Amino acid sequence: MRALPGGLEAMAGPGLRRRARIRVSGDRVFAGVLRVVAASFVGLVLALVVTLVVAAVPAIRTFGWRFIVGTNWDPVAESFGALPFIYGTLLSSLVAMVLAVPLGIGAAIFLAELAPFWIRPPIGFLIELLAAVPSVVYGLWGIFVLAPLMRVWVQPALGASLGFLPLFQGAPYGVGMLTAGIILAIMTVPFITTVGREVLLAVPNHQREAALALGATRWETTRMAVLNYARSGLIGAVLLGLGRALGETMAVTMVIGNRPEISASLFAPGYTMASVLANEFTEATSDVYLAALVEIGLLLLIVTVVVNALARLLVWSVGGTVAKVRE
Amino acid sequence: MTNVARRRLISRVMGALTAVAAGVIILPLVVIFAFLVYQGSTALNLDFFIHLPKPVGEVGGGMANAIVGTLILIALAACLGVPVGVLGGLYLAESRDRHLPWLVRFLADVLNGVPSIVIGIFVYTLVVRPLRHFSAIAGGIALGVIMIPIVLRTTEELVRLVPASLREAGLALGVAEWKVMLRIVLTTASAGITTGVMVAVARIAGETAPLLFTAFGNRFWHHGLDQPIAALPLQIFAYAIAPYDDWHRQAWAGALVLISIVLVVSVLARLATARLARS
Repeated sequence: MRALPGGLEAMAGPGLRRRARIRVSGDRVFAGVLRVVAASFVGLVLALVVTLVVAAVPAIRTFGWRFIVGTNWDPVAESFGALPFIYGTLLSSLVAMVLAVPLGIGAAIFLAELAPFWIRPPIGFLIELLAAVPSVVYGLWGIFVLAPLMRVWVQPALGASLGFLPLFQGAPYGVGMLTAGIILAIMTVPFITTVGREVLLAVPNHQREAALALGATRWETTRMAVLNYARSGLIGAVLLGLGRALGETMAVTMVIGNRPEISASLFAPGYTMASVLANEFTEATSDVYLAALVEIGLLLLIVTVVVNALARLLVWSVGGTVAKVRE
Repeated sequence: MTNVARRRLISRVMGALTAVAAGVIILPLVVIFAFLVYQGSTALNLDFFIHLPKPVGEVGGGMANAIVGTLILIALAACLGVPVGVLGGLYLAESRDRHLPWLVRFLADVLNGVPSIVIGIFVYTLVVRPLRHFSAIAGGIALGVIMIPIVLRTTEELVRLVPASLREAGLALGVAEWKVMLRIVLTTASAGITTGVMVAVARIAGETAPLLFTAFGNRFWHHGLDQPIAALPLQIFAYAIAPYDDWHRQAWAGALVLISIVLVVSVLARLATARLARS
């Protein structure tokens, strides 16, 4: 690779030459080791996809499209329709996004644009801590604090005021879609805020200066110069949050009620794809039951990968500096 | 009201609204902590740290096995996650290959977004099923897989920050390139890489979903790494959904211990990052 230049070669004794050769081969070995590690990481991710596909094949072959559109989940009769879980995952994540997007983006604007400088680091720090709280702790709090609160206060109040909508009808159980959506909102908002703030901070300052120089107020500057510029990145931040919400397992399992039914009411118990995996995977007795559960996992994988890939493209599009954004 | 006054007012109102949004986000953090401390401290005593769980119906006992189990699982995960993550990150920062780095980077971001329960299924199918055994090893592998992308990207970023002059100084002294990478570049970046590992540990310490069908949980001490093992998050989950009041109290205590571990590690990592950024 890197032979010594002619003059040096002549000056160097046999010992030095030998050492140079060893050094070159050492470099080659080391570069090879690094490449093998990198390639085995690629292999690991491919193995993840292949393993799930292979393990899901019996279910895919047996049920085909009926698996996705079927509403009957009956392991005893070996009839597997996953629609209630898909519906539950989408609806609970939708509820979460309705609550989390305005709050998350609002807080990101506050932290990046409007807040006094001294208050930004501590609030940013607290929001990052919120992202570090384990899912099972949110679930514990959800079961014993949030669900009773929902049952006694929030759901009766919503039923009394907005009960004419099918969304808010039915008995207040405490656990159910709405409670799961609220927990998911609490859990995903830190991601939206943190990534959203990074995106806003990546907007070049001359955008702001131009608007301010034209006599715009702080908010007008933010709205016209900053938000317009950062729009696709902010959508990316929301999608990253959505990706988290779709795959979130423990907290949702603990508060959603775990009943595979499709109901228009947000008060009714539901079930998500991740929760059914958590609850039933170790109990799957027959091969086709296990394959059906793996297929749910495969669907979940596909959906989250698509959402995340889209999110990253959008976040990257705002500016090179944002490429550093993690999580 | 003049036009300018109106516009100023709108600006103020929007500023206040976004401040309220930030406040509403932080509120759950305060509430959850208050409950954890209030509920958890009543059940937290020395017994909790040194005793096994009592059989159903008997009051008392602890989660010593789960605390030890979580530490063992973290250690096993680090055995997989740290070497692959650090060497992979070194590769990303140093390699001049054309396609592989791009692919590794992309897949690391993809893997970071994969729900942890899906990784649990993967390890179940690949490790647990062939061995016909839930095991500590399987749990460690699942957590290790989750660790890899985090360590990988942090390492890459920090290795890139090492000044080229240090590298050149080593090479000019005739040190082999691979030794320069290991002894100079990695050593210089090691403080930052440690921070990255701590962030990853804080993330996996609280993971429950991937352990459900790999480590599985255990009400007793584990007998070897090829056997099921208890973990703090698993135990909290099992106790929280059980119908016994004493178990609920224990779940709160467990959650308080778990969150203390997670927060201490993340705050330390965060402080270290701040110090690195300043220097």
